[in-house]
Amino acid sequence: MSEVSVTKNAQGPAPAGDQLVVLDNVNKHFGALHVLQDIDLTIHRGEVVVVIGPSGSGKSTLCRTINRLETIDTGSISIDGKPLPQEGRELARLRADVGMVFQSFNLFAHKTVLENVMLGQTKVRKADKTAAAEKARTLLDRVGVGTQADKYPAQLSGGQQQRVAIARALAMDPKVMLFDEPTSALDPEMINEVLEVMQQLARDGMTMVVVTHEMGFARSAANRVVFMADGRIVEEAEPNQFFNNPRSDRAKDFLSKILHH
Amino acid sequence: MNVLLDHLPEFRDGFLGTLAITAASAVLALVLGVLIAGFRVSPVPPLRAFGTAWVTVLRNTPLTLLFLVAFFVVPQILFPGTSPFVLATLALGFYTSSFVCEAVRSGISTVPVGQAEAARSIGMTFAQTLRLIILPQATRTVLPPLSSIFIALTKNSAIAGAFSVAELFSVSKLLSDQGFAIAWIFLWIALAYLVITFAISGAFRFLEHRMGVAR
Ligand SMILES: Nc1ncnc2c1ncn2[C@@H]1O[C@H](COP(=O)(O)OP(=O)(O)OP(=O)(O)O)[C@@H](O)[C@H]1O
Ligand SMILES: [Mg+2]
Repeated sequence: MSEVSVTKNAQGPAPAGDQLVVLDNVNKHFGALHVLQDIDLTIHRGEVVVVIGPSGSGKSTLCRTINRLETIDTGSISIDGKPLPQEGRELARLRADVGMVFQSFNLFAHKTVLENVMLGQTKVRKADKTAAAEKARTLLDRVGVGTQADKYPAQLSGGQQQRVAIARALAMDPKVMLFDEPTSALDPEMINEVLEVMQQLARDGMTMVVVTHEMGFARSAANRVVFMADGRIVEEAEPNQFFNNPRSDRAKDFLSKILHH
Repeated sequence: MNVLLDHLPEFRDGFLGTLAITAASAVLALVLGVLIAGFRVSPVPPLRAFGTAWVTVLRNTPLTLLFLVAFFVVPQILFPGTSPFVLATLALGFYTSSFVCEAVRSGISTVPVGQAEAARSIGMTFAQTLRLIILPQATRTVLPPLSSIFIALTKNSAIAGAFSVAELFSVSKLLSDQGFAIAWIFLWIALAYLVITFAISGAFRFLEHRMGVAR
């Protein structure tokens, strides 16, 4: 008993704890296009991994295979020791443990903000309505949109909608959160309010996979940067190492392009 | 002119008959149509194939042929002694369900895919996603075609009259056989159908309006 708690209390910016998401030799094609090529990636509990790379390199696809919104051709993906099951009830249960935040928010347009955050709790987790509403309000306060609870998504700004989407995912108590370019559809003045919420999540120890072009976020919040190009993971490194001393030519080239504007 | 007043009970029974068979087959068509639309967009290939076959067969068969099957094949093989009303409801309901299915399916395709992805990503099953997220958002686009489909159903129900179901059209046949002026009979019958079809389009306009202000 005591030994377990000692290892759990280990401190440090890059937790080397147990493996939460494991992709093993994953391959995927879209027709003739080989979008994911021999992807090996392990994400540990509490780790924040930022995925960057040029457009079309397969970042979104990678992110979406983790909760099986995209199927894979070969290889295996497991979450918390369990391989992703086939489409069906069991997969649905597993998806509930994996939060996902989309570039285009995808809030349920016919539901209020509060209902958006309650729905998964009541319908998937079978929580009772009062408890779900209370938790939803707490989460909405936490992401700073508590006062918008009774509005419909269309009445909110993009930044507010994305924060609601984060609250909706958090309401399921996910083991890991996937973010696919969460700030790319936002006006510049709204990007920071979303990034701040994500920073806070990272500090609270949430396991996160974040596809983003926000290099500031990568530098300050990531434990590890994964650089993809043409369907492959070309380079993996700590943020400082990656940004100051990229090893591959592809990464150098990419960084020189984005860091100059 | 007097044919209506003299035969009010017949007209009334005919009217109620048309109303009853239209309502019963509309309910059947709606339930089946939504269900089959669910099949057609489901991730399970056999269900999808079943849905496609259902629509292809029923939508492309003349309704009169379906009535013949319902009245002469179904009682022989499956359920002897089924009442004409039930048989006519089955024929009309199945036929109309294929049109309802396609209207619902086109409504589903107007809902952005991101909605379904978000629902699945929080752990909803396919059925929950469809019922809680997709169908409610598809409803508004489905209402106008559904209104036309139900109006067509009302008029199609006249075929049931030829199969000894008491409804408006069979009343017209009965009375014209008795030698009453056909023009007047037809006029009254047509008006009776108009009452029903106007009521349907009115009801759908009301629904559309309500869904419009709900958001
Ligand atoms: N559903 C699909 N069908 C066919 N091809 C697809 C599909 N989704 C993505 N692709 C292709 O796969 C490649 C990788 O796409 P992906 O969206 O993963 O790239 P990305 O790295 O996220 O790019 P971006 O930075 O532009 O979002 C692209 O060439 C894209 O055109
Ligand atoms: Mg992408």
